[in-house]
Amino acid sequence: MLTIERAIVDQIVSHARADHPDEACGVVAGPSGSDRPTRFVPMANAERSPTFYRFDSMEQFHVWKEMDDRDEEPVVVYHSHTATEAYPSRTDISYASEPNAHYVLVSTRDADTEFRSYRIIDGKVTEEEVTVVGAYEPDSVS
Amino acid sequence: MAIEVRIPTILRNYTDGAKAVEGGGTTLDELFADLEARHPGLRDRLVDEKGLRRFVNVYLNDEDVRFLGGLDTEVSDGDTVTVLPAVAGG
Repeated sequence: MLTIERAIVDQIVSHARADHPDEACGVVAGPSGSDRPTRFVPMANAERSPTFYRFDSMEQFHVWKEMDDRDEEPVVVYHSHTATEAYPSRTDISYASEPNAHYVLVSTRDADTEFRSYRIIDGKVTEEEVTVVGAYEPDSVS
Repeated sequence: MAIEVRIPTILRNYTDGAKAVEGGGTTLDELFADLEARHPGLRDRLVDEKGLRRFVNVYLNDEDVRFLGGLDTEVSDGDTVTVLPAVAGG
């Protein structure tokens, strides 16, 4: 299950809407091992494409280094689909490379933005429940 | 001194869980061959018959080796090589 704050969901959706019809992408970092996404990091889509995304390699290097320095990890890796449903595509599955991450897919196809989350491990996709909260409970780790 | 190679989570099954390993060589190609001797299978996840795998990013210190010399990029003791899987999809 993904537990995520409403404000972060809104930031992801706003980013996806702003970049539509191109795909938007980014991460939400959180303390290592916490499973709690806390720091929203929108990334450039180096492909600038409505059907593909790829993090810019230098931006990714700096963001990953910063997470490492702060003892964080990418708790959420998100991207948008702009003409199809919020379900991982074949390429999403084949390139998924963060086994600890929640892969969030947003679809901006319709006026109502679809927001769904998956685990993608060894080519296997498992959809998971998303619980949106106002604020994380102090001390609790999901 | 040696060359530090930082390993992403998804490849740590080749390094007994280590986040970083050390190796030697004068080029990235030699470094990867050296790592392969102690971490069998790792090289194949980084390199294919055409060179660096397309969805693997390799950085020498803080530069992407694609903009240096790819596998021919010269490396030396004290350098840090970072491997990150590209984050990409459709």
